[in-house]
Amino acid sequence: MSLNATELDALRLTVSLAAMTTAILLVLSTPLAWWLSRRQGNVTAFIEAVVAMPLILPPTVLGFYLLLLFAPSTVVGRLWHELTGSQLAFSFSALVIGSVIYSLPFVVQPLQSAFARVPNSLLQAAATLGATPLDQFRSVVLPLTRRSFIAAASLGFAHTIGEFGVVLMIGGNIPGETQVLSIALYDSVESLRFEEAHSLAAALVVFAMVLLFFLYRVEKGGSWRIRA
Amino acid sequence: MSTLLINIRYTSGNDFALTMHCELPAHGVTAIYGPSGSGKTTLLDCIAGLRHPDLGSEIRLGDTTWLSPALTLPPWQRRIGYVFQEARLFPHLDVEQNLRFGLSRSGQKAPLTYDEVADLLELTAFRSRHVDALSAGQKQRVAIARALLSAPRLLLLDEPLANLDHAASRDCLRCLQRLSQELRLPMLYVSHDIEEVSQIADHLLLLEAGRMVEQGSLLSLCSRLDTHLSREEKAAAILTATVAGHDSTFGLTKLSVEGQTLLVNRLPDAPGLQRRVRVPARDVSVCRERPGDSSILNIVGVTITEVEDTDATRLLLRLSLGSQHLLARITRKSAVELGLRTGDKVYAQVKSAALLIETVDHT
Repeated sequence: MSLNATELDALRLTVSLAAMTTAILLVLSTPLAWWLSRRQGNVTAFIEAVVAMPLILPPTVLGFYLLLLFAPSTVVGRLWHELTGSQLAFSFSALVIGSVIYSLPFVVQPLQSAFARVPNSLLQAAATLGATPLDQFRSVVLPLTRRSFIAAASLGFAHTIGEFGVVLMIGGNIPGETQVLSIALYDSVESLRFEEAHSLAAALVVFAMVLLFFLYRVEKGGSWRIRA
Repeated sequence: MSTLLINIRYTSGNDFALTMHCELPAHGVTAIYGPSGSGKTTLLDCIAGLRHPDLGSEIRLGDTTWLSPALTLPPWQRRIGYVFQEARLFPHLDVEQNLRFGLSRSGQKAPLTYDEVADLLELTAFRSRHVDALSAGQKQRVAIARALLSAPRLLLLDEPLANLDHAASRDCLRCLQRLSQELRLPMLYVSHDIEEVSQIADHLLLLEAGRMVEQGSLLSLCSRLDTHLSREEKAAAILTATVAGHDSTFGLTKLSVEGQTLLVNRLPDAPGLQRRVRVPARDVSVCRERPGDSSILNIVGVTITEVEDTDATRLLLRLSLGSQHLLARITRKSAVELGLRTGDKVYAQVKSAALLIETVDHT
């Protein structure tokens, strides 16, 4: 079971897409999840609903709207073209943006529930000891929620690897640019190259299994509890 | 002497309001005493900056403004130490790291070094332990030490002994008494236990339903009849006494109060030291003639200065003993039978077992 050049390209592309998406998601989700965990009300509920949408919407719906948004004729498409000199639709960048939106709930939700478990009383104690809000976050919240960051990053990464519908809609199937593993697999099956399809499918199954096993180990192994 | 000026109004959603206009001494221990729900913790939170009083409120310590209509200093810039009811130690840090949390952020030289604080609060033995491995009393002492190391200008204590068992609470109180004697650090001590308060406070602020009822020195407030303190079952007067000598035959110590003598269980102190003596009103009885053959050792001559009806069957008497006062709770029947009136000279009998010997007075 070895991979040919096209498949290796697809693998490289998939991993870099997932890595980049995860990095962007961690940066975006941390403040968003913190904000959501400390507030209640209509605005919060609305934002939470928007973040959770990719969980229920068929990926093709999301992909369809993103495709319309990324078209060269729209403001977004034009602006992108002016800034980078290339078109957004059917590009690797489009895949990154799509994946960030698509995997957002998988990173925000574990972080949000971990942040919500950090008692306000500890932050108050830190504040009276001279810690600014940023310092409180860095020296109290982050150490207490470290494991959840690992879980959130792994989920975001894995979910991006498994993406299909959105990629198909906004990325198409350009080898080396937008042809990720799941698309390459679909391509192989379509053209009846079952041998190739087998190796790709098996690789994905093994990857998913290893990652999930590792995740559950982390969660159960040392799940911390807060005692005030 | 500088003062802590508090001029606040705080309203919360569920129709609770705290209104407070007062100036408290910025030295010694001021106890904030009142029933639960009277706003004691809310007051501390406002002083710490953890709650925001209504616009127009003011809080000032000496010439430093913490809150004014023009300025709200956040908690991390106020330099207050806050010891909460629960220790609130950081669970991801060990004892030493918890202690250093405040030390590294204060930007000020703490009045005591790390070792001195650890020593004062008897923490040296378990510095490197994880906080989960500590008992409730040890946790609370770590919390006090952590607050001290942040070099605070004011220490707030919110019922720090409430969750401790008797022995732990006694140890913790002893540490706090030592702190208040050795440091020039003003403390606000919230409590709803008057016995605890009388062991540590110099000054007392009485709070009821979000309002200040009275403030003044502990000794003077405790011997008054017109505050809710005197209506409590545990009502007691506090006297300042001087150790006059020891009676080794019977294991007793002689205390001199305003020229009269009280005998208590033997104390370790040298003659000349000042002590506070707490005399519960229910343990004081009065008689017209000096009883000659009573088992009660302590009989002092006093003058009735006030008589107050407390309920249908009992009265409360304020008895002057020179410039100090005792309280006596007696039945209405005895008062009528003895014909007791204001101005009468009588004898007060005090059960010696009822004398609680507490801290060295440090006012």
